[in-house]
Amino acid sequence: MVEEAFARLHEALLNADEEAAVKATRDLLDAGAEPQAILERGLTEAMTELGRRWNRGEAFLPEVVAAAEIFKTCSDLVEPALLARGGKKAGHLVLMGTVKGDLHDLGKNIVTAMLKTAGFEVSDLGRDVPTERFVEEAARLRPKIVGLSALLTTTMLEQRTVIQALEAVGLRPDVRVMVGGAPVTAAWAEEIGADGYAANAVEAVEVALRLAGAAAQDAGGRKADG
Amino acid sequence: MGEPQVFELLSDSEIEAVHNAALAVLSETGVFIDHPRALEHLAGCGAEVDAASGRVRIPPRLVKEALAACPSSFILYDREGREALRLGAREVHFATSSCAVRCQEGTAARPSRAEDLVRLTRVADALPEIDLVSTQVVADEAPKELADSYRLYLVLRNSPKPVVTGAFSEEGLWDMKALLDAVTGGRTEDRPCAVFDVCPSPPLKWTAISAANIMDAASAGLPVEFASMPMPGAATPVTLAGSVVVHTAETLSGIVLAQTVRPGTRVVWGGAPVGFDMRHGTAPLSAVEATMITVAYAQMGRHYGLPTHTYAGLSDSKLVDAQAGLETALSGTVAALARIDIIAGAGALDFVGTQSLEKLVVDAEVCGLIRRLLRGIEVSPDTLARDLITALGPGGDYLAQAHTRRWFRTELHLPGPVIDRLDRKAWEEQGRTDILARARERVEAILKNDPRAPDPDRAAELDRAMRRVMDTRGCPSLPFVGAAEG
Repeated sequence: MVEEAFARLHEALLNADEEAAVKATRDLLDAGAEPQAILERGLTEAMTELGRRWNRGEAFLPEVVAAAEIFKTCSDLVEPALLARGGKKAGHLVLMGTVKGDLHDLGKNIVTAMLKTAGFEVSDLGRDVPTERFVEEAARLRPKIVGLSALLTTTMLEQRTVIQALEAVGLRPDVRVMVGGAPVTAAWAEEIGADGYAANAVEAVEVALRLAGAAAQDAGGRKADG
Repeated sequence: MGEPQVFELLSDSEIEAVHNAALAVLSETGVFIDHPRALEHLAGCGAEVDAASGRVRIPPRLVKEALAACPSSFILYDREGREALRLGAREVHFATSSCAVRCQEGTAARPSRAEDLVRLTRVADALPEIDLVSTQVVADEAPKELADSYRLYLVLRNSPKPVVTGAFSEEGLWDMKALLDAVTGGRTEDRPCAVFDVCPSPPLKWTAISAANIMDAASAGLPVEFASMPMPGAATPVTLAGSVVVHTAETLSGIVLAQTVRPGTRVVWGGAPVGFDMRHGTAPLSAVEATMITVAYAQMGRHYGLPTHTYAGLSDSKLVDAQAGLETALSGTVAALARIDIIAGAGALDFVGTQSLEKLVVDAEVCGLIRRLLRGIEVSPDTLARDLITALGPGGDYLAQAHTRRWFRTELHLPGPVIDRLDRKAWEEQGRTDILARARERVEAILKNDPRAPDPDRAAELDRAMRRVMDTRGCPSLPFVGAAEG
């Protein structure tokens, strides 16, 4: 029964079938499956498989993005049980948003979906996100990575503002900041002191994996020091 | 979607004017036919024949009867006898180009060989955008006497798709019929998988071979595709209207010959119009006037209720370059908008003299774009998506919507890997390839797969038939033809 429901959940995500995915998740919870396993074996593995298919040209953005949304719905269902058992969410947390004054979020949504296929947990603040909100959420959620999207040459300046604000409250050493968006370049990322830049969603995943790895090492280093 | 719109250049009264001019040419001027059997036959049918000069004047009555005898549409089958496509249904089909004698290698061209035809056929077979395979090149190894049948043999061995072909001699047509009978188990007549191109020699002449091929194909029940070749200013009047008159007269005379031999013979109103470059004396198939003649003669063909064909979607460039791309896309698109049944051209360069494997896969992308264009815009409550637009409001993200997932595969054409749509950075990282390099990769990937050969029994029959042709024509061996058993 449990195995069969895992298989259903996997299929449902690959087919971007929300109803089936929600039902399979509920069935797994009812059957007493480990919440951690539902997240990792069920949801994350399916997203990873979808990412592989996308890389091979067998899956397309509408399916990946829809699956990422379903992933969020299902992981919300699992969360209470997970927290009750003292578990933690799978994967590194990325805080993501389009900066203040910028109403574009298609690129950010694609990157969000792709990060989920790579096993990241993403908290998406949406678009036109005020700097203070990035800072508050970073303080509350303690993400490994903050992702800042900007599609306009005017709004890309806000990426620097957010980085400066994170520095001002002392959060900057604990998070890696990656920036992206049509007008953004590697040179700009360097100029404003971001840790990573990606030109497209695939690259964003690579950069995030690299930054997350570095962040984990840093954490290990600090522990050893302390 | 409304009725498919058809791009036209002639008004109804202009069609009538071309028709009347062509009938006058046929009855007053006539055509030259270099074949006593054809002359005798046509005289018996009521044409005015001057046997000494070979001139045949055809009265309008004969033309009318012949047109009435033509099927307005017919089905072409594949090698296995399955229905492949219907001609005369205003549906566009793409074929590879035929007749070449060279293959492109880098920036050079060399005589084409059997191996080239095998590879071209295997690639064309693997491309879903290509509906018919042609006997694209001659094999340099084959003696002239069986160059036509050997071409067909190699194609039948490597693709089940319907074939566009043609004979090089009177006997050649019968050799080819024998190959078709072998591979189809004798169903050549009721389930034809090949059409035979027959070309008049402009202006208004039929060679002995062409005349014999028409009569023999008709009596054997093989479909005939007429490919008149107007050449404005050289072989036909420089005015495009005059060139269409000659095309019409030539094609009607061919139809009279076919239908009087056997009423009901399946015919295609085809052509291979060319331009004539007044600087170089060359005959570019990609001249825009050639494409315009195609549009006009296709109107004539439809006026007569016949399936149509042309050479388009090809290039006169010597390289797979920007000229090749623009010429292929322009003439291919225009011919498709004129709703030509068979558009032959994929793979061709250099006045159809040279074939390129790389160009073939690039051209398939053009065909893919055109197919999408021809499908038009579907308008229904679900495609108008008013509810969805309302629900999402300003700033909505359509990417994650079920509506998008439901429709994107049919609404949005996805080109193959030959067409670059990467962002610049990804393109740079993947080696800054140009279309030729990507096309080469695609060709290599396709050729890694096995060809779609006939089932073993049929393949053995086909081999035996080819060896009989070789024995008759005194040719001991040819590449790819297995040694005789026992």
